[in-house]
Amino acid sequence: MQKLTNRSKVVSQKDMSFLEKAYVPAILSGMGITLKHFFKKKSTVAYPEQERSFSPVYRGRHVLKRDDKGAERCTACGLCAVACPAEAITMTAAERQKGEESLYREEKYAAVYEINMLRCIFCGLCEEACPKEAIFLTPNITPAYYDRQDFVYGKDMLVEGIAPEDRVDVSKRQFWRDNLESTQKNP
Amino acid sequence: MPLYLIIEKSVLVLFLFAVTMGVAAYSTWAERKIAAFLQDRLGPNRAGVFGLLQPLADGVKMFMKEEFIPSNAEKLLFIAGPGLFMFTALMTGAVIPWGPNLQIADLNIGILYVLGFVSVGVYGIMIGGWASNNKYSLFGAIRASSQMISYELAMGLVVIAIIMLTGSLDLKAIAEQQKGFNWNIIYQPFGFLIYCITALAECNRAPFDLPECETELIGGFHTEYSSMKLGFYLFAEYINMFISAAVIATLYLGGYNMPGLDYSAMNPIVGNAIAFVVLFTKTLLGVFVFIWVRWTLPRFRYDQLMHLGWKILIPLAILNMLLTGAGVLIFG
Ligand code: SF4
Ligand code: SF4
Repeated sequence: MQKLTNRSKVVSQKDMSFLEKAYVPAILSGMGITLKHFFKKKSTVAYPEQERSFSPVYRGRHVLKRDDKGAERCTACGLCAVACPAEAITMTAAERQKGEESLYREEKYAAVYEINMLRCIFCGLCEEACPKEAIFLTPNITPAYYDRQDFVYGKDMLVEGIAPEDRVDVSKRQFWRDNLESTQKNP
Repeated sequence: MPLYLIIEKSVLVLFLFAVTMGVAAYSTWAERKIAAFLQDRLGPNRAGVFGLLQPLADGVKMFMKEEFIPSNAEKLLFIAGPGLFMFTALMTGAVIPWGPNLQIADLNIGILYVLGFVSVGVYGIMIGGWASNNKYSLFGAIRASSQMISYELAMGLVVIAIIMLTGSLDLKAIAEQQKGFNWNIIYQPFGFLIYCITALAECNRAPFDLPECETELIGGFHTEYSSMKLGFYLFAEYINMFISAAVIATLYLGGYNMPGLDYSAMNPIVGNAIAFVVLFTKTLLGVFVFIWVRWTLPRFRYDQLMHLGWKILIPLAILNMLLTGAGVLIFG
């Protein structure tokens, strides 16, 4: 039969020798192993001070994108909320008034848009469902809070800023999504 | 008793009490730190440098917790349990000779006193577990008492071999005899091994932590305890560990003796200080090994524990005793 790994071992059920039965050598060698780990380099990443690098497709905290001119892309169609398996998204739609064209790209927009980060499982389905390229998951991390209410992110936390330095770059995710098939074929 | 003696002894008692408490507090820190290091982690490192303030934070946490007594518990005994356990843990330390003149009580039956108080220690667990009126606690208490009784036998039998070698029950005399590198471990390697195993069992340390075993008994005898009463139990276990490491060092590892150090030629104060540091270092090394063992070996099953105690350790201890007796007759 073909072996799956090169680490497989043939086990036998022969009686233990006296030394094996005494267990002491085995215990000592076990303690040697743990002692070796004592001096090993630690694998801990001390999080707030150090951050490990994420893969380009890491799904973290969401962002609601604006278009090039700074208008919000979301049209409050609710498809993301429907797609969300965790029912984390709620929103209230509103109609765009005259003079607000620079604020909202579409005629209908989300007056309230909330994601409950405690419910969210960061699956990315909202992003897939969105017809307006409005919502994306970013490599940013949702921090921990003391209050449950703080985990409900409103538009103030989700919508990206207008200024160029406040924009959230999602090009990597977009690239990955658009080239999903080719990346899967030759990763 | 002359006044200066009372003062001297009181100072010594206070000093050793403080040291024992300090070591016990920092053993909890060491336990977590060493466990982490053996598992490639960092361990507590947020409270102070290297997490050195962690014991303080733990203590504050313990004090802040709600003091809870189950309504069906035997109130008086429930409260007495942890106190008794703590008391016996602290009392054992009284006869350990920390230096040529650094001993609280120079009893001529020192080792018997230690064994005696170790056996009384099980009452703290027994009472606490029984008074909780909880099946897990009761199981923990039953396991603790049967385990202690089984392992005390082997412990006593290997100590007899030491007594035959030294001809004294006095811990000070035993320590004095191991001057230089005349350590008992050289004559009693098997006794040392058996004593260490039984000491682990007496301290309820892994792999013999069946009275507590978080996974089966959710804490065993202290399941129902909270706040500082729980703190007492946990703390007293670390004290037990420290004291039994000190007893091991005194019995087998030369006590306060070190090759090349002759205390009688030194200024008494300097000599005693150095002797204290020597024994203290040995004891801390012992505590390290205790912790190291805990994070290496898995827990025994209950029948394996009894098998090891009655069918292996006790016969070996008797054999060790007979051989030592023969050796003393022939060479002594
Ligand atoms: S990532 Fe998944 S769970 Fe989170 S909001 Fe989007 S669809 Fe819902
Ligand atoms: S984020 Fe996209 S899917 Fe969700 S409501 Fe806005 S436009 Fe629709």
